[in-house]
Amino acid sequence: MSRQYLIRRLLLVIPAMLGISLVLYTVLALAPGDPFGELATNPSVPPEVAAALRAKFGLDDPVWIRYVRWLSAMLHGDWGFSFVSRMDVDRLILQRLPTTLLVIGAAQLLAILVALPVGVLAGTRPYSVFDQVANTLAFVGFSLPTFFTGLLLILVFSIQLDWLPFVYRADIDATGWRFYWEHIKQSIMPVMVLGLFQGASLVRYVRSSVLDVVRLDYVTTARAKGIGERKVITRHVVRNALIPVVTLVALQMPVVFGGAIVTEQIFRVPGIGSLLISAMLANDTPVIMAVTFVFACLVVLCNLIADILYAWLDPRIAFR
Amino acid sequence: MPGSTPASLSAEAPAAVVVPDAVATPTATAARKRQRFSPWQEAWRRFRRHKLAVASAVVLLIMVAAIVIGPFLWTVPINEIDFAAKLQGPSWAHPLGTDDLGQDVLARVLYGGRISLAVGLAAMFVAIFVGVLVGAVSGMSSGRLDAVLMWLADLFLSLPQLPLLLLVIYLFRDSLKAVFGPEGGIFVMIVVVIGGLRWMPAARLVRAQFLSIREKEFVEAARALGASKVRQVVQHILPNALGPVIVAATIDVAAAIIAESTLSFLGLGFPPDIPTWGRLLSDAKDYLDIAPHWALASGAAIFLAVLSINFIGDGLRDALDPRRVL
Repeated sequence: MSRQYLIRRLLLVIPAMLGISLVLYTVLALAPGDPFGELATNPSVPPEVAAALRAKFGLDDPVWIRYVRWLSAMLHGDWGFSFVSRMDVDRLILQRLPTTLLVIGAAQLLAILVALPVGVLAGTRPYSVFDQVANTLAFVGFSLPTFFTGLLLILVFSIQLDWLPFVYRADIDATGWRFYWEHIKQSIMPVMVLGLFQGASLVRYVRSSVLDVVRLDYVTTARAKGIGERKVITRHVVRNALIPVVTLVALQMPVVFGGAIVTEQIFRVPGIGSLLISAMLANDTPVIMAVTFVFACLVVLCNLIADILYAWLDPRIAFR
Repeated sequence: MPGSTPASLSAEAPAAVVVPDAVATPTATAARKRQRFSPWQEAWRRFRRHKLAVASAVVLLIMVAAIVIGPFLWTVPINEIDFAAKLQGPSWAHPLGTDDLGQDVLARVLYGGRISLAVGLAAMFVAIFVGVLVGAVSGMSSGRLDAVLMWLADLFLSLPQLPLLLLVIYLFRDSLKAVFGPEGGIFVMIVVVIGGLRWMPAARLVRAQFLSIREKEFVEAARALGASKVRQVVQHILPNALGPVIVAATIDVAAAIIAESTLSFLGLGFPPDIPTWGRLLSDAKDYLDIAPHWALASGAAIFLAVLSINFIGDGLRDALDPRRVL
């Protein structure tokens, strides 16, 4: 991977972020409603006071000036104040973000751990019984919406069997091993719901990618040289088959974040997804804008990582 | 090579097992080749090979029939409150039980299906319309316009869908309610927003198809005969690019149903008195321990609809891919 490619790819982040911020601000600016709308209808506030307030906060300026001001405030780390939680938005988000990242990361790991072996096995034995079963199960897996699987898991493991707690608690009064055990126990279901959903769609990608690679000439060459089948698959096929999968994992990230919002809502995981929903139900606009922006940033970041990984795995990319 | 890679496997093995004689005897194959099929007959023949897709089509047809005709046969009102019969399990009076207000779950699932399927179909039409439009413009115009449109598609692809969906609905809910009324306003908004955030795959598919088809000889012939650009597109290119679009459209219906259910489940979709599948599930989740039938009925409805639509999409992918020789 050439340094030039790296720099060019890093520079591409800027227009992407600008575009996303533009879309978000356009949505906000187009929306009806006005932060000072209540002042206008409140009889005890004289119109000239309301007008002075509007002028002071620059609400009558042209849209693009307001956009630049909003963007520079966001870049300076001034993300506004949450009226519901009574604290700065950036601190609120920083408190919640690690939980979300942990759940999403664990779920992705689970998805890859499930999808890789199953996809490779299915791809190397196309049309076998295993392949058909795996394919059908994958279809079932990504046709089951996360909110339904979540409820099903709660029904089975919390209500029927009473093995796992179905409310995620941030304050566990235990220390040492028990503390970690309780945390793992309450994360199992959210991670399972998200991870299996992701894994189901990933299996199909891995399978078709393996299927494409397995009939290339260099694999035949490897076999002709007398390398064992197991080694051909692990050393020669899987390594090349995984290159497109990296991109697909990154492209799936927006879906994963959507799933994370739902999962956090079902299991009451205190992450930024449930923060978004509670802020919406409480009309807390600064928090809503900030969380949406954070999600967008995370998606851009994931795409960046995927592209860099892709170029590193496949040196041909850098010649673009 | 990718052309010969089968798109799905569920069709292959049964096909090989079911028609061994056609493959084995050369005369039979030759006879079949001489027989002329129209493209649609050919697609239908291939679609039938995909057993799961055919089964799914039957399931979906039954569901649609139940949803469309059902409320006329099962005339229990959806909002008849009967506290004496609340949270009851399935019985003859209430085949799917009752909810926390004693309302009949079957009637509500049937009614909710109408809304969920209508949202799915309408959002699909919005997404496909925008996608085909953008893809066609982008595919026919090379250069700057194409680059800008594809940049836009990439930008939209990297937007987090659900948060943005929630943001738009949060911001525009009230004003649309004022214009179209509580039910219509939410319907229009959900359809437009879901459709407006899902046009990108269709646009890219259409563009890719256009780029290759517009250089084919038959289009060149049309061009040489003086066909206008619009005529080239409508008469010659678009019909040939339709296969992947139909597949994408099918998958879009399923995605839109899930999106609408997700919104309703999060309490940001239709108003509470309108029972969509997601809304029913959302209401049922607080009574999971005493009335699981309620959640299972609505969840199973979503699952069955989405699964069968996805399988049909898979079958259509096999059926409409002209490169495949089955």
